[in-house]
Amino acid sequence: MLRRLFTLFSAALALLLTAGCGGVTSQSSASPSADQVTGSLTVLAAASLTDGFNRIGEQFKAKHSGVDLKFSYAGSPTLVTQIQQGAPADVFASADQPNMQKVVDGGLNSGGPKVFARNKLQIVVQGGNPKQIQTVADLAKPGIKFDACAPGVPCGTYATTALNKANVKVTPVSQEDNVKAVVTKVSLGEADAGIVYTTDVKAGGAKVAGVTIPDDLNVTASYPIVQLKTAPNPKAAEAFTGYVTGSEGQKTLASYGFLSSS
Amino acid sequence: MLVVLAGACAAFFLLPLVGLVVRAPWGSAAGALGDQSSISALQLSLVCSLASTALALLFGVPLAWVLARLQFPGKSLLRGIATLPMVLPPVVGGVALLLAFGRRGLVGEPLAAAFGVGLPFTTLGVIVAESFVAMPFLVIAVEAGLRSMDIRFEEAARTLGAGRWTVFRRVTLPLIAPSLVAGSVLAWSRALGEFGATITFAGNFPGTTQTAPLAIYIDLDSQHAERAVVLSLLLVLVSLAVLVGLRDRFLGGA
Repeated sequence: MLRRLFTLFSAALALLLTAGCGGVTSQSSASPSADQVTGSLTVLAAASLTDGFNRIGEQFKAKHSGVDLKFSYAGSPTLVTQIQQGAPADVFASADQPNMQKVVDGGLNSGGPKVFARNKLQIVVQGGNPKQIQTVADLAKPGIKFDACAPGVPCGTYATTALNKANVKVTPVSQEDNVKAVVTKVSLGEADAGIVYTTDVKAGGAKVAGVTIPDDLNVTASYPIVQLKTAPNPKAAEAFTGYVTGSEGQKTLASYGFLSSS
Repeated sequence: MLVVLAGACAAFFLLPLVGLVVRAPWGSAAGALGDQSSISALQLSLVCSLASTALALLFGVPLAWVLARLQFPGKSLLRGIATLPMVLPPVVGGVALLLAFGRRGLVGEPLAAAFGVGLPFTTLGVIVAESFVAMPFLVIAVEAGLRSMDIRFEEAARTLGAGRWTVFRRVTLPLIAPSLVAGSVLAWSRALGEFGATITFAGNFPGTTQTAPLAIYIDLDSQHAERAVVLSLLLVLVSLAVLVGLRDRFLGGA
């Protein structure tokens, strides 16, 4: 009985292992020509890139049908930790320079990072702006629940900079680990306002609205992208970064509210 | 063969702990521990996990008694609902709690309108989130204890004229003490490690809602990876001490 159980267990394990390997080495059925990229490609991208990169992913796959493209979205520091711990990824797109610098300092990149998009901050409020928030100073009004990203997360660092520039002191009700969580808390009505990227307000739909932060108080976030040194699929990684920084990728990102990289 | 498999299993549990110990920044451990944010996170964790264990005892034991002793239609459905949080991903639990007790929630909205209080972003919210995920562990442990105890003691007490409440207090509770302790420890350790429901429902703010697991997660992401490892180790030590201590004392040892 025990032996049979063990055989069954080993069989299941073997099945799992082969299935796992199958995912990694999946090849397209089309015969690959010399310059055609194939195989799996893993892209680690900042949470604020979610919608834009999903669209770019569809376009990229339409062009390179042999590529099995996967995105992993999280706050940039989380992704940096994963890279430092040896996550098998090909490309890293960060929401700020300091987190990209950590990758460069660790010698984990292949080639220099390229800025491919820029973003500005906006105050996110519930649709229709029921609390009548018009300025950064309004965030400190009594009774306003203000939410922001945690200090180590790019959007948190930027929000602090903007608040300092406006000389506004406000304690957030929470410190979210990524920018999408701030939008969620506001759209659910748990928080009244938050400081996020313009693109996140746009992606949030009708449940949320954006309040412009004037340029003299605003911060411009630069998004750098880089190919990772340990990339299992450097060829596809190069093709992807090329697509993002190229004219088609730039056009798609612009349609999601990102500012051009130049 | 059994011993080999068991050994592999033990190694599987042990290796991550060894990893923590080996990679811990022993040189700066004292400094990381003295850090105000680590201390407040640990304090908050202890207070909230103990409070939610108390809540679980207060509400969970009666529910376990109802499930074990009474017959009524829909009982298995009730048991299913009561144990659902054990299976549910904690993040889903957090969202569900928001939709029920949040500022716009089913119950939360009238509550906020009537009393002007809300649970999200408060320490009370942490306790609610932890109770939600931890209470089922106590309920099933106590229910199992109630089912396996000799019901004749209760019956004897009843024939001698004791009311239901007296029997429960003077006969049933002392007899199921081991299950109560085991259930409390299970619920407490689950509450101590609770992450998903807490960060979703109660948020993450140092001193108010940032418990040790949340602080560890955020520290790992920022420039405080060392502090995260030290805090993790401390959490491991506290949990281990409690589990080993209680096991020897109440559960008859190994």
